[in-house]
Amino acid sequence: MQLSTNIWVWLGVFFTLSVLSFLYKDNPFYKLAEHVTVGVSIGYAIVLWWNLTVYPRFIIPVFENGHFILIIPAILGLMMVLRIVPKWSWLSRYAICFTVGGGAGMGIPRSMQASVLRQLEATMLPLSLNSATGINNIVIFIGVLTVLIYFFFSKEHKGVFGGAAKIGIWFLMVGFGATFGYTVMARLSLFIGRVLFILQDFLGLNLAG
Amino acid sequence: MLWKKQIPLAITFITGLVFGIQYFVPHRTSENLFNAYVDWEIVIGIFGGILAYISFYRAHTMRIRKKAPAWQYSLVAIGISLLMIFFGFIQGTETGTFFSNMYFYVLVSIEGTMFSLLAFYISSAAYRAFRARSAQATALLIAAIIVMLGRIPLGEQLSFWKLIWSNAPSFTDIANWILNIPNMAAKRAMNLGIGLGIMMLSLKIVLGIERSYMGSGD
Repeated sequence: MQLSTNIWVWLGVFFTLSVLSFLYKDNPFYKLAEHVTVGVSIGYAIVLWWNLTVYPRFIIPVFENGHFILIIPAILGLMMVLRIVPKWSWLSRYAICFTVGGGAGMGIPRSMQASVLRQLEATMLPLSLNSATGINNIVIFIGVLTVLIYFFFSKEHKGVFGGAAKIGIWFLMVGFGATFGYTVMARLSLFIGRVLFILQDFLGLNLAG
Repeated sequence: MLWKKQIPLAITFITGLVFGIQYFVPHRTSENLFNAYVDWEIVIGIFGGILAYISFYRAHTMRIRKKAPAWQYSLVAIGISLLMIFFGFIQGTETGTFFSNMYFYVLVSIEGTMFSLLAFYISSAAYRAFRARSAQATALLIAAIIVMLGRIPLGEQLSFWKLIWSNAPSFTDIANWILNIPNMAAKRAMNLGIGLGIMMLSLKIVLGIERSYMGSGD
């Protein structure tokens, strides 16, 4: 075992333990870690915002390449900033409406294409009882149809319709269980990552043998 | 009223209509229009960033000025953010600098641990929620256990039936089947609903029926 001499590793371990201390109860170390996260995130975001967006996408195009047309969205952007001045906050609506309107307009056909047509296309596959793929396709088809029926509340869930909705619930339950199991394992791998950081990087234990 | 409500709504309607139609027009002008819109949105987004940063510093300086409970933490948040900005611009963001070390050793450590904390809370919540009260709750429980076992090397070793029949599916195989078939069917149906929901909401926004994004007031 050889303790790390890297101050950054010590800092990483300190904050890892500070956050884990929340398992006992909320405490000043956890609160400190929380606010350090906010501070580092904001500082990180501002530097990247300048380096990756402001400078290459606004300053260079306008002041070096002469794309003065970008002054118009800049004025709209300034109007958005006026949201913090109560008297002039209504001016921010122009930029918000431009953004929301464009986004909504683009959203209609794109959502139809990506979330509806593509999903339907992927569901309508050859159905057969002669191969594993064919059977899987049947399961997918029944699953999609019955879950959709379950979410259709304009008709009372009775009779055949109600039976189909019940099958839909089974699919949903299996789906939720699978998602839960997957999420737990993803979180556990993160925890294992932190433990390995403490054991290997900080304590210098050679776990690989 | 005209300047504060009707013109903004007209802007939403016109941009919504133009970019709704733009998708169906396979012409160079249409593509140029789309690219110009993306550029404009990036510039507007820059100022959106300014608004966000002003809000952050304003909220925390207010807490400090008013000596709100635990105001010292606001001082820490502001101080650390200013340090990040200072070193980010002075030293740069390359590996080994203060900026990148703060990111890799502090931010990644804290965020990784925060997310891993959820494993503990999610498990204790599951203990209460997953008790097999009904057949459907049991299905949820079994699916979760199989997927958890299927995600670890131990799951393969626990598939004892493979000793009798080597071609039988292991926990990993069953977990993959659950994730790829019934789970995907449920997710796909939900995605279809979400897609239709987005379309309806977008249509309501373009037509001016949904106006909550404009905020309250005149």
